[in-house]
Amino acid sequence: MHGTIAALGADPAPTGPAAVEIDVNGTVVICDRAGVLWLPASGALVVSDLHLEKGAAHARRGMLLPPYDTAATLARLGEAITRYDPRLVISLGDSFHDRIGSQHLPEPYRQALQALQRGRDWAWIEGNHDPEKPVGLEGAWCSELHLETLVFRHEPRPGAADGEIAGHLHPAARVVRRGKAVRRPCFASDGKRLLMPAFGSTTGGLELRHPALRGLFDRNELIAHLLGRDRIYSVAFNRMNG
Amino acid sequence: MTTESFPAPDIPDESSGFDLPEPFLGWFASRGWRPRPHQLELLAETQAGRSMLLIAPTGAGKTLAGFLPSLTDLTARGKPKPGSADARSLHTLYVSPLKALAVDIERNLARPVEEMGLPVRIETRTGDTPQSKRARQRTDPPDILLTTPEQVSLLIANGHAERLFAGLRYVIFDELHSLIASKRGHLLSLALARLRRLAPGLRTIGLSATVADPEELQRWLVPQAPDSDELAGRITVTGGASPIITILETAERIPWSGHSARYAIPDVYQTIKDHRTTLIFVNTRSQAEMLFQELWRVNEDNLPIALHHGSLDAAQRRRVEAAMGRNELRAVVATSTLDLGIDWGDVDLVVHVGAPKGASRLAQRIGRANHRMDEPSRAILTPANRFEVLECQAAIDANYAGAQDTPSGGDGGLDVLAQHVLGMAAAAPFDADELFLEVTSASPYARIDRDTFDKVIDFVATGGYALKSYERYARIRKRADGLWRISNPQVAQQYRLNIGTIIEAPMLTVRMTSRKNGILSGRGGPPLGKVEEYFLETLSQGDTFLFSGKILRFEGIRENECLVSNAWDQDPKVPAYAGGKFPLSTYLAEGVRAMIADPSKWGALPDQVTDWLRMQQEVSQLPARDSLLIETFPRGERYYMVLYPFEGRVAHQTLGMLLTRRLERLGAQPLGFVATDYSLGVWALEDMGAMIKGKRLDLGLLFDEDMLGDDLDAWLNESWLLKRTFRACAVISGLIERRHPGKEKSGRQVTVSADLIYDVLRSHEPDHILLRATRADAAQGLLDIQRLGAMLKRIKGHIKHRALDRISPLAVPIMLEIGREPVAGEANESILAEAADDLLAEARNPR
Repeated sequence: MHGTIAALGADPAPTGPAAVEIDVNGTVVICDRAGVLWLPASGALVVSDLHLEKGAAHARRGMLLPPYDTAATLARLGEAITRYDPRLVISLGDSFHDRIGSQHLPEPYRQALQALQRGRDWAWIEGNHDPEKPVGLEGAWCSELHLETLVFRHEPRPGAADGEIAGHLHPAARVVRRGKAVRRPCFASDGKRLLMPAFGSTTGGLELRHPALRGLFDRNELIAHLLGRDRIYSVAFNRMNG
Repeated sequence: MTTESFPAPDIPDESSGFDLPEPFLGWFASRGWRPRPHQLELLAETQAGRSMLLIAPTGAGKTLAGFLPSLTDLTARGKPKPGSADARSLHTLYVSPLKALAVDIERNLARPVEEMGLPVRIETRTGDTPQSKRARQRTDPPDILLTTPEQVSLLIANGHAERLFAGLRYVIFDELHSLIASKRGHLLSLALARLRRLAPGLRTIGLSATVADPEELQRWLVPQAPDSDELAGRITVTGGASPIITILETAERIPWSGHSARYAIPDVYQTIKDHRTTLIFVNTRSQAEMLFQELWRVNEDNLPIALHHGSLDAAQRRRVEAAMGRNELRAVVATSTLDLGIDWGDVDLVVHVGAPKGASRLAQRIGRANHRMDEPSRAILTPANRFEVLECQAAIDANYAGAQDTPSGGDGGLDVLAQHVLGMAAAAPFDADELFLEVTSASPYARIDRDTFDKVIDFVATGGYALKSYERYARIRKRADGLWRISNPQVAQQYRLNIGTIIEAPMLTVRMTSRKNGILSGRGGPPLGKVEEYFLETLSQGDTFLFSGKILRFEGIRENECLVSNAWDQDPKVPAYAGGKFPLSTYLAEGVRAMIADPSKWGALPDQVTDWLRMQQEVSQLPARDSLLIETFPRGERYYMVLYPFEGRVAHQTLGMLLTRRLERLGAQPLGFVATDYSLGVWALEDMGAMIKGKRLDLGLLFDEDMLGDDLDAWLNESWLLKRTFRACAVISGLIERRHPGKEKSGRQVTVSADLIYDVLRSHEPDHILLRATRADAAQGLLDIQRLGAMLKRIKGHIKHRALDRISPLAVPIMLEIGREPVAGEANESILAEAADDLLAEARNPR
């Protein structure tokens, strides 16, 4: 088995870990059940696919989804930032659900976001939903970013991509035991590449078996770290069905 | 080839004062027929301006009766002048729950209309009608339009509606009993309210099989006024020969539990051989698949036996129906897809495998055999287990007594109302006060209050959220003139794409493919039908399962298709999915309870069943009619509590959920429960029998009605059942879009997840109108809370506890079900923990 699985947290045994430490291309990263990735050496916190203003984006097209998604996502992001107090936050693309999302961002949300940015660096990575820099917000804008042995970009590139941390696909894993299936968003990594779960409050998931994920991982080494209610559950891809 | 054929020869004419006009009289006479009394009575009543409900058995000439008022009126009127108001409006609308039925009726009406040379144009309009013909029907409508409820909703939401329906005289609803008990019926009732506004003089005619509460249908047909009960007239045709129903006689042992009825296959096969054409009804798709497979295994004579159920490919179903019509088949194994009134050749026997679950359902299914009113239908019931023997007997008793237990339509859904409101705005600007009056004239919505109605309008406009951030995206807006209008034409477009109340679970087409040298052929073979996505998600490549009468090997999912190849296994690895099961009707439950409680009624039962009941009498006691029997006993390392409420699986499941929560709080450490139609079993780590004896567990408190308060709310909020219901409400109300075939490709990661919206709404707007709609639905259908409430009330102070040292005979069936269903509550997290533990173990001991 590639990489190591070490349980973090005070009381790992009976309840299980709230985060697991794994190795991706030689860099130690921590997969947190909140759906954020922590890089202890560089003090960077990574989130992906926030899809802010998704409700409003749909409302503009006639589907009046609940307008609470942005507030909920920002609140969870705030909790994670308070917990880790990162030097750098990387938002790995699709930070806004559509191009005009940041422009029409209601003022209270803008202020909340600005407060989170204060005192730290912030990198917006370009995504397919938000191909332009967010309007009226701080932070660097780039299509990819290199840190330690890792490269951060929104869409994974098939083929050799050692150390790639990507989002876009919203990975979810389905675990079947005793005839019952449970599906959760997950981090997916084979030790060379890691896919981030979507952080946005109303985002769906794509299963690891989906054709869109084909060729991205060495399936014999692939482990899904599922986001449980209070902990992370690590399950090998080959053991999803028991 | 249809039965709803024309009048039978020479039934004496009792209605001396009234007769048919020419050319009808001559046409009847030329075939040696005379109109039946109910046909004439319906004509006379409707001509006098009344709306009517006609209840008649199949074969009574119901359809012709329904059309006679229109045909005679149109004949008297003659062809309208081109361009006149009459020529630009429909005269009669016929609404059927099934496309096929509309097409069938067109064929049947064409004959008399042609032979009499009537000046009447009849057309159909269904989802299959080409766009060009539909457009033409709007500008140049026929006299009589045969259509489905969804098409009616589309027509009234159109800008032409006012003209198209200005001259509407009659609306005929066929199979009304099957329409009203669903959201489809709610939407149709609202459409009817609109039709009445467009054509104030219109009369309605409802055609129905026998129902439990005919007044509900009579109310449905006419406008309701505040505080008064308006009823359409009613004509009931009784008679017809009583059916001959028996329970399958078998020398085999009837099993304790299960639903397969495998033991009866040789006997069923023999009855097929003994009859011309046998219709075999089952309750679920998986039973149909299994039975079909098993019959072919013993089909040494190669009899033509076919399969018919809703998820088979339409073309395949049509082939079976056509072969049936040509009398080429000896037997068809079918689910409820064959329940409704189309005709299937000369069926001379109905076999019902598994208990019929409801007296009316049984009566309708038996009606499929032999459509002539004066000859008796024959049916054989085949119980799958011992409890079902009792239920079959209760169903037979009910049938001879003519008892009915059809479901009621219930209060109109708010999600359906939201859809309708958007449609009405798409048709023309509306005034909220007027629309409220119109909506409350529909019987399912007669009790809705103005505040709720306004909330629905607010929901349609901006989503109805407390946070008013979508004002600028409103779909409908109230303008300065006080009328509500759609904001832009795209809203109407969106409405049309999302119309209807039938929400299918996401389905994938099952397509046959072949493998050569282990490599899948690139080209797909024929489609076999559709399967729910959730079922496929549990499969891995190489798994085999039963579908379309074949054992198939699952190869994978490509885009929105499920690829399969032929498997040569004898038995499928994965049991077919259960599909929907009907719960036992209250009426039959009462029948079963009464039968068990009274040994003098056991005479009709087979010996193995009476022996079983007698054993129960000795070891424990029989459940009495008006009390609840609870048995407790140890087994293995666990303690069991088995109760016998006989209230149907759905109500038992709800009870099980609530009971385990309470037992948990009381320290009994329940581990799980299992529910059948008859009983409920709970198992725990603590000895519940000892707890009851030691007064640590008070049964009166445990079963107090207050469990339907807080405990229910707490459980509901976590339940996946509610999420599934919410998804349907969200689609019907237009909050999220329907998935259209072919659109799935666009990547599911960007589609909106109804589950997540549900969670967001629950935490931010617990009183949102859609959550109200969801809870109302769940209370009626999914949870059977009404029934559970009635039961708790009935047994209050009448709980009989028996502490046994071992399992009782009556408990055997439910004990055999244990292990088939997972433990509730923490199960999901524990499954994940189990899977993660595997990995940790593996990590410690590298391969």
